[in-house]
Amino acid sequence: MAAVTLLETRAVAKHFGGLAAVDAVDFRLNEGEIRAIIGPNGAGKTTLVSLISGRLAPSSGSITFEGEDITRLKSYQRVGRGIVYTFQVTSIYRNLSCYENVALAAQRSLARGLVGSLFGSERAVAERVEAAIHRVNLTDRLDLPAGELAYGHQRLLEVAMGLALDPKLLILDEPTQGLSQGETVFFCALIRELAKSATILLIEHNMSVVLELAERITVMDRGAIIAEGAPDEIERNSAVQRAYLGTGDAEA
Amino acid sequence: MTAGKTGRIIVLHLAVIAALFAAQYFLPAYHHGNVARILVLASFAVGYNLLLGYTGLLSLGHAMFFAAGMYGAGLPLYYFDIGVIPAFGLGLLASLALAFCFGLLALRTSGVAFLIVTLMFAQAFFLATLYFNEITLGDQGFVLSEQARTLNLGGVGFSFADPTVKYNAALLLFACCMLGCLALVRSPIGRVWMAIRENEPRTRMLGYDSYRYKLLALVLSGVMSGAAGAGYALLFAYVGSTFASIQYSIFALLWALLGGVGTVLGPLVGAGLMFYLVDIAGDFTSSYLLVVGVVLVVLILWYPKGLLGSLRERWLPWLP
Repeated sequence: MAAVTLLETRAVAKHFGGLAAVDAVDFRLNEGEIRAIIGPNGAGKTTLVSLISGRLAPSSGSITFEGEDITRLKSYQRVGRGIVYTFQVTSIYRNLSCYENVALAAQRSLARGLVGSLFGSERAVAERVEAAIHRVNLTDRLDLPAGELAYGHQRLLEVAMGLALDPKLLILDEPTQGLSQGETVFFCALIRELAKSATILLIEHNMSVVLELAERITVMDRGAIIAEGAPDEIERNSAVQRAYLGTGDAEA
Repeated sequence: MTAGKTGRIIVLHLAVIAALFAAQYFLPAYHHGNVARILVLASFAVGYNLLLGYTGLLSLGHAMFFAAGMYGAGLPLYYFDIGVIPAFGLGLLASLALAFCFGLLALRTSGVAFLIVTLMFAQAFFLATLYFNEITLGDQGFVLSEQARTLNLGGVGFSFADPTVKYNAALLLFACCMLGCLALVRSPIGRVWMAIRENEPRTRMLGYDSYRYKLLALVLSGVMSGAAGAGYALLFAYVGSTFASIQYSIFALLWALLGGVGTVLGPLVGAGLMFYLVDIAGDFTSSYLLVVGVVLVVLILWYPKGLLGSLRERWLPWLP
């Protein structure tokens, strides 16, 4: 089975003043995989996915998606290409109903541009909203203001918004942070289900989630990729142990 | 979402228009004239509220759009007597051009910076109306003749000096603005505006070019304000630079606040209430603005979301 490259960054870098948050990173993602990015705090994981999603502009380097250069595209244009980012800090419209939250995403993926959105069909939007909400199991809370949802449900709503955008690449930034055990189990099943229709890029601290979901793992430290491979390779890798535990040398 | 809710909303707004239409047969002459004026000012407030209430952009410069419509219609009518409809069209065009050019520049800023930029542009506009006083006649202004303000439709002349024509023209203007606002805020575009109001960075990450949506909101808001300004010139015959002053920008803000920002009918309630507040207070004291100020403080303390905003919060969650 020949893997098709979905996303590739070449020597992409982001400097904040003198600090290289991401330093000349070459990163490749195949279509259909579930990839996890792990690494200690400040390793540059969120910065890297921000460069991919377009929230930040790179200082240098290039990014290609489906073979096209997207380095100069704005974040909202990349959403149109199918790159969808869900926030680390839950970022929903607290005063709007769950329906409206997801409808904003559905409407974007159904209509083309500002003029197109004027003539979009509300029924098509409603159908897509219901499908997305159903997948995350929030159907009974459709009319509730999003701010009144429990925290775990807010994370799910965020995922439903991502789903309604019909992504090719879904970037999840620490999706299970703050979730209970039971919610995490549901979340893992959901991500596995989503992976059938989209490529998943996951930043995650919870190693049991990473080991359960990821087909490949990329490890970052101080703005660079220090290891990449299947979960069992990563577990054995001494550079990873050094970065995480600071004891890798003695044991290696 | 449901058909019942949509039906209820349409019935309510049509009923308000019907009630205003019926009111002209009961109102004494004095209040008849007042309500016509309130309807034009409320149209201005509806336009203002489109930007503040639904898109979340606070402007202190909307008097310039009102005045652009007013001068755009008034000057050609005064100097060249071009007829009512072309004059109104030029008023709309003037406010549209101003709002578009202004928006291209001002929307590069946001928050307090945007507020300051609106204030500065509006102040420059106001000073320009004084500076070119050979044409605009400055703060003294000019009066449009009754002949210039007569609309000829198939040989029949409708003079805007006639109270009935004036009232119904004002009502028509208000109905267009109000129903236009209602349709817009319930459209997919309105949904994106409210998303920008609630959380702009998130909206960009949902794939919306927020700059273009804000520009559209500003242009439509400016054109509605300009329509009100042009209407004011045609119906009440006077054009002067007072209407471009900061006072009128603040009025628009106060009307919207009082009635309820982000409600379709709030601007009408706010403009009406303020008008009569000033009117009644003026009977008792010359420092009527003090009375207005106290009432506003009280309202903001107890009803921070405005009258209709509070009503919606407590009893009528479906109110658009």
